Amino acid sequence: MNILVCIKQVPDTTEVRINPETNTLIRDGVDSIINPFDTYAIEEAVRIRERVGAGKVTVISMGPPQVESALREALSVGVDEAILLSDRAFAGADTWATSLTLATALKTLEFDLVLCGKQAIDGDTAQVGPGIACHLDLPQVCYVSKVREISKEKAVVERMMEDGTEVVEVQMPAVFTVVKDINEPRLPSLKGKMKAKKAEIKTLSAADIKANVEEIGLKGSPTSVNKIFSPPRRSGGEMLEYETAPEVAKNLVGKLKEMQLF
Amino acid sequence: MLDYILTEEQKMMVDLAAQIAEEKIRPVRAELDEKQEFPHDLLAVFAESGLCGVYIDDAYGGMAGGTPIMNMVLVAEQISKGCAGIALAFAGSALGALPIIISGTEEQKKKYLSRVAEGEIAAFAITEPNAGSDAGGIQTTAVLDGDSYILNGTKQWITNGGEAGIYTVFAMTDRSKGARGASCFIVEKDTPGFSAGKKEDKLGIRASATRELIFQDCRVPAENLLGKPGSGFMTAMKTFDASRPGIGAQALGIATEALELSVQYARERKQFGKPIIANQGLQWMLADMAMQIEASRALIYAVARHIDSGAGRPTAYSAMSKTFASDVAMKVTVDAVQVFGGYGYMKEYPVEKLMRDAKITQIYEGTNQIQRDEIARALIKEAASKKK
Ligand SMILES: Cc1cc2nc3c(=O)[nH]c(=O)nc-3n(C[C@H](O)[C@H](O)[C@H](O)COP(=O)(O)OP(=O)(O)OC[C@H]3O[C@@H](n4cnc5c(N)ncnc54)[C@H](O)[C@@H]3O)c2cc1C
Repeated sequence: MNILVCIKQVPDTTEVRINPETNTLIRDGVDSIINPFDTYAIEEAVRIRERVGAGKVTVISMGPPQVESALREALSVGVDEAILLSDRAFAGADTWATSLTLATALKTLEFDLVLCGKQAIDGDTAQVGPGIACHLDLPQVCYVSKVREISKEKAVVERMMEDGTEVVEVQMPAVFTVVKDINEPRLPSLKGKMKAKKAEIKTLSAADIKANVEEIGLKGSPTSVNKIFSPPRRSGGEMLEYETAPEVAKNLVGKLKEMQLF
Repeated sequence: MLDYILTEEQKMMVDLAAQIAEEKIRPVRAELDEKQEFPHDLLAVFAESGLCGVYIDDAYGGMAGGTPIMNMVLVAEQISKGCAGIALAFAGSALGALPIIISGTEEQKKKYLSRVAEGEIAAFAITEPNAGSDAGGIQTTAVLDGDSYILNGTKQWITNGGEAGIYTVFAMTDRSKGARGASCFIVEKDTPGFSAGKKEDKLGIRASATRELIFQDCRVPAENLLGKPGSGFMTAMKTFDASRPGIGAQALGIATEALELSVQYARERKQFGKPIIANQGLQWMLADMAMQIEASRALIYAVARHIDSGAGRPTAYSAMSKTFASDVAMKVTVDAVQVFGGYGYMKEYPVEKLMRDAKITQIYEGTNQIQRDEIARALIKEAASKKK
């Protein structure tokens, strides 16, 4: 079973601050980390490979050369190979162009499964995983919380929904995005760290993956950002505090009537 | 941070050990201390990390890479920063494995060191109720009977006792020769006639298991004898030469944690309308702590490197590193409690535990009085050798 894991390097948001004038992230001095949700995808890929007992796990990321450190970190926790998609032509991509670029690269590789984290903590769109599936015309299962059975032909997985768990049987190859409940990522091992340090990271350009430069990067991005702002804090508000829920409800209805909203 | 010019591999060991301390040890240390519980859940973490092999030769599944003692010291320091008691599952294993590293045959090393490198716990057993500082006075006996030795006696206060799979045990094969009649044996956990006794209730390092070991007609294969009969005391002394910087590192980890917590607290705690760190009296206390800690670190690393280089018996220097660092840890942790004031005295805050944990480093692997004896003996010997 060959598994591809798409990962993103993101600023460690526990440290991030926003410049109030430009409304952009202050990235100076902020550590870069692997998008936390992607660490679960990496762990699950390694576990599936261990369970099946054959195949390899490859991590792939689109980004500037410094993303190499994220790829090496993945290599230290059991990933076999790493690919960096790096080219000026990729810059400025929105989720459409990003997923198209990744899908284009994936077409040049052999795989049975693609894993992604459910979303990236910097953009929070949750669009790239499903986007990859669409561009590749593959089945997608999002918010996977457990892989029950898996083979090259089909998989049975659990999806974590707001109102319960959905069990899905899916034909392979497929694209899954995973939630953090799926596993507990392992720590690196010393051997893994040493291997990661020495490993060669394959870098692919737009030409290497035969991408159409009109369809990628800023040019290929239909999204345009008009304005970024921090929403104003909501003020006012009133807490209705009573002993019991019926009392709260009664008083709430009374208030709403008073305000002629009910 | 002073640059101690570590190798790439050593930096990785430090990073990984620090990550384990931060993510796996720190969150559970107070609970394990309070319940006096052995860190069973963390053994798999240590095993999978590969850190158990940092002082074991590559040929036996380790990653010593020619600097076993320096590696051991670096890892022990970081883990001890998280919790000195939990760290003993690692450091106590090193102590248990060292007699095999020092006196083992190729076969013994292959068989046992690979297991330790993979994370199996080891223990070292010399102390008895009537033989502490005077380790030559042990009364446990080993009598040759066909192709095995029969061990009888009781060991006391053995770190990792009952938890370890592999024990290096010292017993008299010839009582008439005194210390020269002592021998060292490898004893496996499930050997008939061997059992672990009661677990001690301790002041500090409470996550470490300290137990009695009981040998009742315990039959150990003769091939488990380490070195020649009668060489046990020499094996023990060489083991201490190599292990004492590790105790120094444990003390160093405790002291470093105490200083970091003190600085952080002193910046946050306000009295008389300003943070207490604004007082020069307190600043000088912190400065003294930092100075002593860095001196410990420099000494420990230098001694560890000297040992790894194989340049002559390091006995006096090993004793210095252990004694200096443990005295520093004791002083620094007492001062840390002072910096925290009444809060420092409370179990809700982490510094009283550091003070309790620090004390043992002045006692075990030879008390600091015994260490000073060793240092003085070397001084006298050196002076005598110069006199024509
Ligand atoms: C928590 C813990 C874990 C331990 N783990 C192990 C272990 O894993 N394996 C093991 O074999 N042992 C272990 N020990 C035993 C430890 O090494 C001994 O406690 C130590 O060597 C001191 O021996 P003692 O306690 O009998 O003290 P004693 O020898 O009775 O000493 C009492 C006091 O007298 C002083 N003293 C004794 N002789 C002299 C002298 N000649 N000159 C000046 N002062 C002297 C000592 O410094 C000390 O202050 C452990 C002990 C503890 C408490």
